[in-house]
Amino acid sequence: MAKIQLNGKKVVIKTNYSIFDLLKKYKLSKKKVAVEHNGIIISKLELKKKYLKNNDKVEIVHFIGGG
Amino acid sequence: MVKLKKDIFKIAGKNLKSRLIVGTGKYKNFLETAKAVHASGADMVTVAVRRVNIFDKKKPILTDYLNPKKITYLPNTAGCFNSKEALRTLRLAREMGGWKLVKLEVLGDKKTLYPNMIETIDSTKILVKEGFKVMVYCTDDPLLAKKLEDCGASAIMPLASPIGSGLGLQNKINISLIIKQSKVPVIVDAGIGTASDATIAMELGCDGVLVNSAIANAKRPILMAKAFKDAVISGRNSYLAGRMIKNYFAIPSSPSKGII
Repeated sequence: MAKIQLNGKKVVIKTNYSIFDLLKKYKLSKKKVAVEHNGIIISKLELKKKYLKNNDKVEIVHFIGGG
Repeated sequence: MVKLKKDIFKIAGKNLKSRLIVGTGKYKNFLETAKAVHASGADMVTVAVRRVNIFDKKKPILTDYLNPKKITYLPNTAGCFNSKEALRTLRLAREMGGWKLVKLEVLGDKKTLYPNMIETIDSTKILVKEGFKVMVYCTDDPLLAKKLEDCGASAIMPLASPIGSGLGLQNKINISLIIKQSKVPVIVDAGIGTASDATIAMELGCDGVLVNSAIANAKRPILMAKAFKDAVISGRNSYLAGRMIKNYFAIPSSPSKGII
């Protein structure tokens, strides 16, 4: 188990959990979002390789309506 | 008849059919957004980058209503108050869909939403270096507009008046000066209040107009979107046609010869 901060909220995840697994958990298509892991943008190709650990900060963003 | 040159609107090598760019914020829902965009005839829309609501999986998303393959998404840094935030937002946007054409907006003051031009210029330089094509929201100061062009901006986007104010074009002289000196497209961004404001901007010779609140906050947004479509086309045609010279005194429209 590991505690991470996902979009500003505390979330508990299993160990050996990748960012790709995280996207799958929340049913998010990697085509429609961008991910920042501890302040670093993770390319779509690296999502499976990036494993999460305790106290990691993850931001998942997408496009919304704006001026 | 003189054959007119085809009037092409091009930003950073990309041809656009419409000279009206619309924002996608402030609408009642995504269906209304999509209908208004369609009615406006715009083929480029601005979008914001925000956190995904991960705990509400059923929440609709913009891309379900406006297909980014059919309409050009222009990621915007609205809400960013410094260079760091703006750069972070646009780098995330690029990762999301491979977008290189972006709109930079670094705000300096919460009350007026006036751009912080020092941070804007710094950010433009960095983004251009990173390969972005940057359309830049800016003040209507001709010197700063020139500076942005020299830094490699793909389009200059001076404000007509403060964002969301609907006050229309407040400084026609400055906008004209910017148009005359610029080699990249000049697009009036922010402050447009109604369709005739867009016509005025286009008659001055602006290459395009960006509108959000004036359409979204209208009583009937879809009808207003159509009004803006016509207003921009009309203003552009009027500019191309070339207006008559202004005279202080009357000049009769009918010939004075042969009066009975």
